[in-house]
Amino acid sequence: MESKSSDENCNNPNSELHPSKLMMASHFLRALFRIQHTTTDSSFAGRSRKIRRAAYASMAYSVGTKRSWSSALLRKLRSRSRLRSPNPRRAKYAALPGKPRVARPQQREMDQAQVLRELVPGGTSMDDCRLLEETTDFVRCLSTQVRLMQAVVDSVSI
Amino acid sequence: MSSRRSRSRQSGSTRITDEQINELMSKLQAVLPEARRGGNDRVPAAKVLQETCSHIRRLRREVDGLSERLSELLHSADLNTAQAAFIRSLLM
Repeated sequence: MESKSSDENCNNPNSELHPSKLMMASHFLRALFRIQHTTTDSSFAGRSRKIRRAAYASMAYSVGTKRSWSSALLRKLRSRSRLRSPNPRRAKYAALPGKPRVARPQQREMDQAQVLRELVPGGTSMDDCRLLEETTDFVRCLSTQVRLMQAVVDSVSI
Repeated sequence: MSSRRSRSRQSGSTRITDEQINELMSKLQAVLPEARRGGNDRVPAAKVLQETCSHIRRLRREVDGLSERLSELLHSADLNTAQAAFIRSLLM
């Protein structure tokens, strides 16, 4: 069961034991451990915020720079930790060639795409194809993170 | 979108065809909770995007809620035994 299934697991991102999932889980658990043992700012709200940040960090680190959304998340997390004001790089990204597939009739469709761009990290600088690919990956990863957190809650609630 | 089937459109330097978009759309649909498979490939793009937006918002809210829940639990949790139980659940 060992080596063969680990090959399958690596190739199938839907597998429970995909390396990125394990990485996500271990990163998140380590962060929880650190948060639990921090004596400063042990307010409920402070801990919640840290846990939420750890959730997104785990997602982003497990995927690394392979995806635009994860790179964008990593940038945001790092800039936030340095207490920088809203990322000045934002403007630069908006000027990149390969503009979003704007422009045409079907106002409604364009608006939804724009809304989506704001929900997906890094979305504002993506063309439509990229947006769809990144969104699919982002949703998959976010769902996994949610399941992971639920599993931790279940384990701790015993 | 269905009215522009075979036309391709330019976006900066790349040509994005409707076929490409449709394929990416169905891959996206597959990760959404109400995944419609086989037979119904006529879901309008706007609807898929809309569902995707709702789904992402819902997931983000769940992350917030679970973060708060964990914050409560962390206070008295024994993460070491939790970790063991958790890893066991992953392997099942």
